[in-house]
Amino acid sequence: MDGHLAPRLDLAKIRADFPILSEKIRGKDFTFLDSGASAQKPRQVIQAMVTMMETAYANVHRGAYQMSERATEAYEASRIAVQHFLHAGDAREIIFTKSSTEAINLVAHGYGRGVMKPGQAVVISEMEHHANIVPWQMLRDSHGIELRVARITDAGELDMDDLAAKLADGKVGLVAVTHMSNVLGTVTPAERIAKLAHAHGARVLFDGSQAAVHRRVDVQALDADFYVFTGHKLYGPTGIGVLYGKAEVLESMTPFLGGGDMISEVTFERSVWAPIPGKFEAGTPPIIEAIGLHAAIDYVNAIGMAAIEAHERALVDHAMAKLAQIEGLTLLGHAQDRGGVFAFSIDTAHAHDIATLLDRAGLALRSGRHCAEPLHARFGVDSTCRASFGLYTTPEEVDVLAEALVQARDFFR
Amino acid sequence: MTALFDNLRDLYQEVILDHGRKPRHFRRLDNATRTARGDNPMCGDRMELFLALAEDGHIEDATFQGRGCAISIASASLMTDTIAGRTQAEAREMSEKFRTLAMTGTCPACEGALAEAMERLTPLSGVHEFPSRVKCATLAWHTLNAALDGGTKEASSE
Repeated sequence: MDGHLAPRLDLAKIRADFPILSEKIRGKDFTFLDSGASAQKPRQVIQAMVTMMETAYANVHRGAYQMSERATEAYEASRIAVQHFLHAGDAREIIFTKSSTEAINLVAHGYGRGVMKPGQAVVISEMEHHANIVPWQMLRDSHGIELRVARITDAGELDMDDLAAKLADGKVGLVAVTHMSNVLGTVTPAERIAKLAHAHGARVLFDGSQAAVHRRVDVQALDADFYVFTGHKLYGPTGIGVLYGKAEVLESMTPFLGGGDMISEVTFERSVWAPIPGKFEAGTPPIIEAIGLHAAIDYVNAIGMAAIEAHERALVDHAMAKLAQIEGLTLLGHAQDRGGVFAFSIDTAHAHDIATLLDRAGLALRSGRHCAEPLHARFGVDSTCRASFGLYTTPEEVDVLAEALVQARDFFR
Repeated sequence: MTALFDNLRDLYQEVILDHGRKPRHFRRLDNATRTARGDNPMCGDRMELFLALAEDGHIEDATFQGRGCAISIASASLMTDTIAGRTQAEAREMSEKFRTLAMTGTCPACEGALAEAMERLTPLSGVHEFPSRVKCATLAWHTLNAALDGGTKEASSE
């Protein structure tokens, strides 16, 4: 290994935990650089879900029998694990959804429609993922809530002056912004944003789909009203997302999905909502997936988020240096504080052509707009390639990426 | 050609790279009788196709403008090259045949009528081994169908 880039993690040991990383792609090593889209799963997560299904599975919250109690205990233990992962004050403030996208929609419905009034506004930013744009557009179109977009700088950072200007008239009910951009890698100054929003009477939601994977998150320190993330990006299974909300805010909101479990009393005339978190968890929840998420949280905690953060900072520095050497490569976003996500274009070829070539060399990158069309329009680019790191990414993989990009560039020259 | 990208010549043949870099008929057509736009929202390929139809309905001229990957541009370039001078019925037939070619890599129906024209499109047959890129190759032909159907519809390979 490169001497001056001392790994903070035992990467060989970690990679051995991920069976899929030893798969071959057309006989070549699998260089997976798309963790930002979805991360690979360690044996520990896979096994936890299998064991649950083999020994402790039944529907939750309803059985007067032991197996149901086992399942319920496991499910609620997952909730507590998430509470601690986010450093939330109360497990009732953790709502399980199927994804970050669903969590944001839940807030748009329960808070946007249920609490906010027509004439009020929601502020998002130019760098949001579609999941944090479309629900607010839908809210605008159905409920007359104004949608304002705070600008970003050419370096890809949130323009805090513009955010302040958009908050100035006191009409904003919610600021909904990313905690870390899935395209630019920009980590936003969440504490400052929350303070600014609150100072103008607005609540704040953070899309932590990327951030929760790459940085320690403390929702109380941030004073976030809402925080969302998703299990499948955190080395857990698909089908499980998390909404954190302050208890008093959740209690004021209208439910999103209606059905069983979210009610405490049902007649045909009316139903009485269950207390939180149940109010927002209609129907049979993603039980097995929640157990998988718990195992994923245990996995990252065993390594330590601090160590993971340090590993990534070193990788980011290494990647920035290597990518800067590639003539013809334009990186999107140069934020001071950036995580392991790199979107770029190569001057000789379209992103798709580059990605196809790299695929042939066994590298997995994303190409397109990464669910951020407005962001690409803001920078005047059609589409980009994106490389994103996980806790199993090695400096050697970054070197392989750089070499492959040079050859791909030259192939199309 | 590096071993890193083995078998890429299946897709990126010289013809494709050439048409991708220097597309033919790459201009607007001011006297266009039919125009249509095509768009691959997933990847950002987009194009505008211009057709000049003669009195008897045959395609006098076909040009395009657009931005996108080498495959989509090369496909549009080869298409406009091969449909010029043909009847609308022939162009539609070629469109169907090309779809088969792009999705399967072969085209049994390509023998016989229009064989020569389809022969010129065979460099793109390699795209069938790259399922995520088939839509890049067929975008131009979907746009052509939209143009022939009546002129100013938006087409997509989706």
